[in-house]
Parts: sequence; C-alpha cells; structure tokens
Amino acid sequence: MVEHNIVVVNKSGLHARPASNLVKAASKFKAKISIIKAEKTYDVKSILGILSAGISCGTEIDLVCDGEDEVQALQSLSELIESGLGE
Amino acid sequence: MKNGIPASKGYAIGEVLLQIQDQVIISDELVTDIEAEKNKFVAAVKLSKNQLEKIKVDTEQSIGVDEAAIFEAHIMLLEDPELMTSILSEIEVNRKNAIKATTLVTDKFITIFDAMEDEYLRERATDLKDVAGRLMGNLAGNRNEILIHKDNTVVVAHDLTPSDTAQLDRSKVVAFLTDVGGKTSHTAIMARIMGIPAVVGMRDITTVLKNGDKVIVDGITGSVIINPNETVLSEYYKKRKDYNEEIEGLKKLRSTETTTKSGKRIYVAGNIGRPEDIDQVMENGGDGVGLFRTEFLYMDRKEAPSEQEQYESYRYVLEHSEGKKVVIRTLDIGGDKQLPYLNLPVEMNPFLGYRAIRFCLDQKDIFKVQLRALLRASVHGELSVMFPMISGLEEFLSAKSLVRECELELEAEGISYSDHIEWGIMVEIPSAAICADLLARHVDFFSIGTNDLIQYTLAVDRMSEKVSYIYDPMHPAVLSLIKMTIDAAHKYGKWVGMCGEMAGDETAIPILVEYGLDEFSMNASSILPAKRLIINCE
Repeated sequence: MVEHNIVVVNKSGLHARPASNLVKAASKFKAKISIIKAEKTYDVKSILGILSAGISCGTEIDLVCDGEDEVQALQSLSELIESGLGE
Repeated sequence: MKNGIPASKGYAIGEVLLQIQDQVIISDELVTDIEAEKNKFVAAVKLSKNQLEKIKVDTEQSIGVDEAAIFEAHIMLLEDPELMTSILSEIEVNRKNAIKATTLVTDKFITIFDAMEDEYLRERATDLKDVAGRLMGNLAGNRNEILIHKDNTVVVAHDLTPSDTAQLDRSKVVAFLTDVGGKTSHTAIMARIMGIPAVVGMRDITTVLKNGDKVIVDGITGSVIINPNETVLSEYYKKRKDYNEEIEGLKKLRSTETTTKSGKRIYVAGNIGRPEDIDQVMENGGDGVGLFRTEFLYMDRKEAPSEQEQYESYRYVLEHSEGKKVVIRTLDIGGDKQLPYLNLPVEMNPFLGYRAIRFCLDQKDIFKVQLRALLRASVHGELSVMFPMISGLEEFLSAKSLVRECELELEAEGISYSDHIEWGIMVEIPSAAICADLLARHVDFFSIGTNDLIQYTLAVDRMSEKVSYIYDPMHPAVLSLIKMTIDAAHKYGKWVGMCGEMAGDETAIPILVEYGLDEFSMNASSILPAKRLIINCE
C-alpha cells in the first residue's frame, strides 16, 4: 500500500467535472484507490464516493492506492490532482 | 409582484410556460419476482444512459464541449458502482420495487450533498436529483421534455436541471424563474451563458403563475411583475432596450485599450480576493489585477497555509492573466481581522494596532513563507508585490531585506524566480502620502488604498453610523494627499495605482485621471463602465 498527501488546488474543489475526470483516471487501474479526508475513507472509483467527501479548494487529502499497480496509480493520480484535474 | 434571488442580469417580457414533470408514484409494494425487477432496473439504466448520451452529443453541437461535459458526469453517476450495488441490493435483499429502491438510495446521497458547507458542492445534489428523476421517470414509463412553441417564453419550473436546459429551444426562451436555487445553481449558470435574465429561489412561483400569464422579469432586482398594465409594460420595454444597448456598447470596450482623449494610456485592473476571481476580471476586459488580497488563504483554517499551497494560488492567477500585470498584496491581517491560530492580541484600537506589515515584520517566519511562495510564482507571469500599512521608509526597507533573504535561500536551493518583480507599497496611512517624495525613490510603484486613507486622514470610522457622514472621498485633505502621492511618484518615474472603492467611483474617476493616476483597480463588474468613462476624459 502506498500513499501521498495532496492539497486540492483546482478552484471549485472536487465537484462534478473534476471529480469525474478523477474517477475515469482511477478506473483504469486495478488497485483499490481511496481518498482519506478527516479520517474518513472514500472510494475514488465511485463518483458518489468522491462527491460525498465534499472536497473544496485547499482541502488536504491522503491518496491511498493498494494493489498490483499501486505505484503507477499513485504517481499518475497525484499528478492529475496536483495539476488541477484538467479544470 | 413576486421577488426572488436575481441570478442573471437583464430584463425580459414574455409568456409563462410552466414546466411540471410528470409525477412518479412511489409505492411501498414489495416485489415477488426479484429477477424481473432487477432486469427492469438494469433496462431503465440502459435507457437513461442512451438518453444522456444523445443529450450530450446535442449539447456539444448546440452549446459547447464544456457544457456537454456535465452529462458525462451524469452518465457516471448513473453507472456509479456504489449506487448500482446499493439499489440492486435493496431490490434483492429487501424486495423493494425498483422505483422505491432508487428513491431510498439516491435520497441518502442527496441528503449528504444538501448538508455540505460548500455552496457549489451543495448544488451538486441537483445533478443527482436530475439523474434519479430521469431513472425513475424511465422506470415509470414517463417522458420528460419541455415543449416550447412560442417566441418570448419564460420557463417557470421548480428547478431546472442540466438535461432540461439542454433540450430547450434556446432561440425562444427569454428568462428562467425557479422555486429553488441560488446564484451558483445550474439555472443561474445557464442563464448567464445564454445572456438571459433569471430569478431563482422564488419559493412558490410555480403555484402562483399559470401557463400563458404575461410576466416582466427583472433580473437586476430579482422581481417578477405578473400581468402588468400598459404603463408598466412600456416602462419595461424602455428599460430592456436601454439595458441591451448598454451591454452591447460595453462589450465593445472589452478588448479596447483604455486611452484618454489626450492620448494617455490608463490601466483598468481588477480587485480579487480568491484565485478564481481572475476569470471574471479577464472576461470584463481588465488590465490584469491591481489588488489580490491574500487574506483568504489564511482564513477559515487551523494553521497558516503552506508555501506550496500559496504558490499554487499565486501561480493560478499569474497563469490566467494573459501576461498582464498582477499586483499581489502581502498579508493584511490583525486588528479587526482575527485568525485564531495566530494568537493576535485584542486591542483597544485595532485599526491603529498590530496588523498588516507590522505583524509580518514581527512574525518573520510566517511572512517569509509568503515571500518565498511569491518569488517562486513570479516565473509564471508579470508579478508586482506590495506591502500594506506602510507608514514610513524603514518598514519598506525591512520588508525588502527579508525579500533578499528569501531570494538567497531560493538561489541556494536552485529554485528560480523572476528578476523583474516590481516591489511597491500601499499608500493608505497619511504619513506615507506626506513622505511620498522620500518613498518614491525606493519603491517601484504606489497603490493608493483609499478606504483606509480616508478613514485615517479624517479620523472617521465609517462603520460608526453616527459619524459616517464625515467619510468623504472628495474631502480636500484627501484629494491633496492623493495628488501629492501621484506627483512624487511621477517625479521619480514610478507609476501609481489606486485600489480602494474610490477607484471605481464614477464621480471620482475624472478627477483622478486629471491628477495623473496611471492605474485604477476595482471590482470586475465596474471595469467596463470605468473604461467607458475614462476614454471620454481629457
């Protein structure tokens, strides 16, 4: 299991569009991918999971990947979040 | 007359078309054939997906790729693993019928979204309601379409969803009215894109109006006049005409450089408080940013923001300002603006106390984090930095020596920064204006902060109702300090801006142009009217 601490930078947080970009990207990996915010865990492959986490701009999250391609998943998804999720 | 929240500006006069969705009857009936019910649900998901894909393609063609992306998010919600599994398990385990199961599961998530603090995320409950509504409509065999036959239609609905607005005949709709929603609701955003007025949050407008009612929609005040008489109608026809002409006239100014009649180039920039506000400034034809208040970064949190976090915010603004100048003001906190984690003392005279640059020069560790973030961000655009509450030269020089420390640190770490950052000060304390001749030799620019300058010069707290009449931007003493500041800067070849409310005040602008002010910075919505005024000045 690998993890990385990230501050969400895109202006409107993880709302519908950026969140859906993240779900799409996460679904490409086999590993189980979760976001931990305020000690609660949310499934990154579920748009509802991400949206119900209520992540706004400036929120600090832990991205956790667990599974065979966890290292690639962590690197690729961290970069995506840090670059503002295409927003 | 009915009132609501004005969500998109403009005037419209038209006929009401109520959009009431077919009711879906939710029964508590339990199912016996579980497999059949599950198949029915899966089929409804498939049908909903096909509908959404069609809407997405239509929207891409008629509106744009950005607007269509929302439907991709809807498809994703529809096929969400958590949603699917939970609904199927309600059917299988609890023998709920598909409609009931869908309501139970989606309501649970809608409740979570509705309770969120962030208004934008809260509005996302609408996305899920939209998807759930479509799914249940399909399960019940309903059709959901808004059919518009007439020109000048005012669409009235409880709430408008993205799939509702995507299917509208946009050439015929002149306004939206909804029972619910706020300024960031889908209805509001869509109306602004379409350039038509909208009034939202009207509570019961769908029960007050009936099809065919004639209404005037005033998107400026948020009021709706029902079946108006001829006098009122002709008054609003005129208002609508004047407004539309004004908007057209202002639009032309968006890309025009602002030059006075005598040929002096004046910069009209925007004041922003959050990184994303830059978009609004650029849309209104602003010459970059004249004041970026950085306090927001420090508020509503438990500890000071990290260097990286600040860097990202500054970079965002610099990258979105099309190469135009961005003036960022360092932390202006303390006194009346308290931050719990900084443990600032409570003072008798907060406006004369431990705040802004006084605080930053004392708490060097906090200040240097911001300076480093600014230096790092400087490579992404045209950065100018100014220090607030400077009362004399000493403070500016101390701040600059801290900047130098940070530069040396970054150099040692091999991190680059721009070599042409401008360093200036806010002129908001009378002593700075009086010493402007001395300060002008050292700074790269001045920015006059009129709100505080007036307050300090006239010794008036404008929040105190009994004395606020003394607060006068046109007081000869204030004007004289402004003139001294501009003259001193120009003597040494430096530029002067103004970022207080006075800069956007249409009665003050001609005088300030005459004094030789180089840059005016104001709220995004004031930029175009100010540009129009300035090009007509000598």
